[in-house]
Amino acid sequence: MNKELAILELLEEDDRIQPEEIALRLDLSVDEVKQIIDRMEQEKIILRYKALINWEKAGSNGVSALIEVKVLPQRDVGFDTVAERIYRFPEVKAVYLMSGAYDLVVMVEGPSMREVASFVSQKLATLDHVQSTATHFVLKKYKQDGVIFEENETVERLVVSP
Amino acid sequence: MKRTWVNETARSLPPSGIRRFFDLVAEMKGVISLGVGEPDFVTPWHVREACVFSLEKGYTMYTSNFGLLELREEIARDLQENYQVEYNPCNQILVTVGVSEALDLALRALIEPGDEVIIADPCYVSYKPCTIMAGGVPVEVPTKPENGFRPSVEDIEKHITNKTKVLLLCYPNNPTGAIMDRTSAEAIAALANKYNLFVISDEIYAHLTYDGKHICLASLPGMVERTLLLNGFSKAYAMTGWRLGYAAGPADVIAAMTKIHQYTMLCAPITAQKAAIEALRNGAVERERMVDQYNQRRRVIVSGLNRIGLPCVEPKGAFYAFPSITGTGMSSEEFCEALLKEEKVAVVPGNAFGKTGEGYIRCSYASSIDKIKEALNRMERFLNNRRKAAL
Repeated sequence: MNKELAILELLEEDDRIQPEEIALRLDLSVDEVKQIIDRMEQEKIILRYKALINWEKAGSNGVSALIEVKVLPQRDVGFDTVAERIYRFPEVKAVYLMSGAYDLVVMVEGPSMREVASFVSQKLATLDHVQSTATHFVLKKYKQDGVIFEENETVERLVVSP
Repeated sequence: MKRTWVNETARSLPPSGIRRFFDLVAEMKGVISLGVGEPDFVTPWHVREACVFSLEKGYTMYTSNFGLLELREEIARDLQENYQVEYNPCNQILVTVGVSEALDLALRALIEPGDEVIIADPCYVSYKPCTIMAGGVPVEVPTKPENGFRPSVEDIEKHITNKTKVLLLCYPNNPTGAIMDRTSAEAIAALANKYNLFVISDEIYAHLTYDGKHICLASLPGMVERTLLLNGFSKAYAMTGWRLGYAAGPADVIAAMTKIHQYTMLCAPITAQKAAIEALRNGAVERERMVDQYNQRRRVIVSGLNRIGLPCVEPKGAFYAFPSITGTGMSSEEFCEALLKEEKVAVVPGNAFGKTGEGYIRCSYASSIDKIKEALNRMERFLNNRRKAAL
């Protein structure tokens, strides 16, 4: 067992889990678990503890979009520099460098479709080295971070069986 | 005069101790159950998806009595890879409707009237009734916690007579969670060879071990020709409701079982067989993930039971803890009934698995960590209230 990965898996599943329970479940000492977590926080392996929220159910009208970005690479300006210019915008929630038909994928969240559209047309598309963009609005989220948003079936099992 | 329609054998079979408990639970709401003998996971999606695809393709027909050759080949490969035992998929493997059917077929194919079947007690609820229905005589050998709930060779030897034909074992064990260690397995193999006994080895929990790899009895010297290996898909792949198991063993025994199977069952359902092929081919990752989860839950429940005063030998296989409740002064059934009524926690009385199970309860940890923790809290409160009442 890789202790670090096993601890991370439990934290990713439920970040409110206590070191005592992690220690019990993985057969480690509490002190060792605390040390490993501290170290991984310092090393920025664990970046943040956060809740996974179904915003739509919470009544938020926010929209999110996935934007494909094609970048025109130029001498001395790599993808990292372009990506940095993009991820500095607070409305950008995620940026990934991709293989395939486009270069960067940018996840954007905004209060309304208009805000997101204006971010793309005024900020993103006008950046130097951005060749083209294609914006896809998210219509519905089914599953995120391994969690299904609406489980519509509950399976009943026998309460006692041999 | 009113005629009694039901025959003597059926009338004299004791009703399952679990059935009675099940009826009791049925009317209650808000019960947390540690009483189930099945995984709480749903069959992995890739397996279900393969089954749906087979239906779309139109696989809705009978298969060979033995089961699909493709599945038997996968089973043979799996047994070879995991336990280095060789079976010819053409005539040494029979696909059955659960291990339950395989066990029934085996006993009916092996037992002459009056033959004795040695069974390690406590054991799965079907062993004794199926032995009786096959015309055999079940002989119980008690197992003890100090010996890891494994039968000692001396204890088995004491029960061997000139009528003894079969040794029926299940490791990893339901209900105790015991596993077979190499020393005990070798001693039992030597004993079977010495007294020329046949062994039925129910290894349905083979993949669920937490302290070293499972030891397959048929893999020991001199055993493959006198062992019938029973296994299936219910526990390792969370496929209880698919009802699919298999027997692997000497060709003559498999042939006899297949005859009975062909007249009574014809074949196992093709839909389940198609799913099982997928499980064997691509199911290892999900299986290991589930085993890892059981292992974490096992540590939580064992430490919890010991903490609240229900001493528990560390179970090293299956998904059951089998703590002693003798310290409470109650019988197994009294304990379980009171716990259910007062705290709505369902566990199974140990005596449902045989006389030796009296004084124990079976707690399944095939349940989420949160449910296990809540059940432990309720059990602790139950015990504290009892202790206060006794003062």
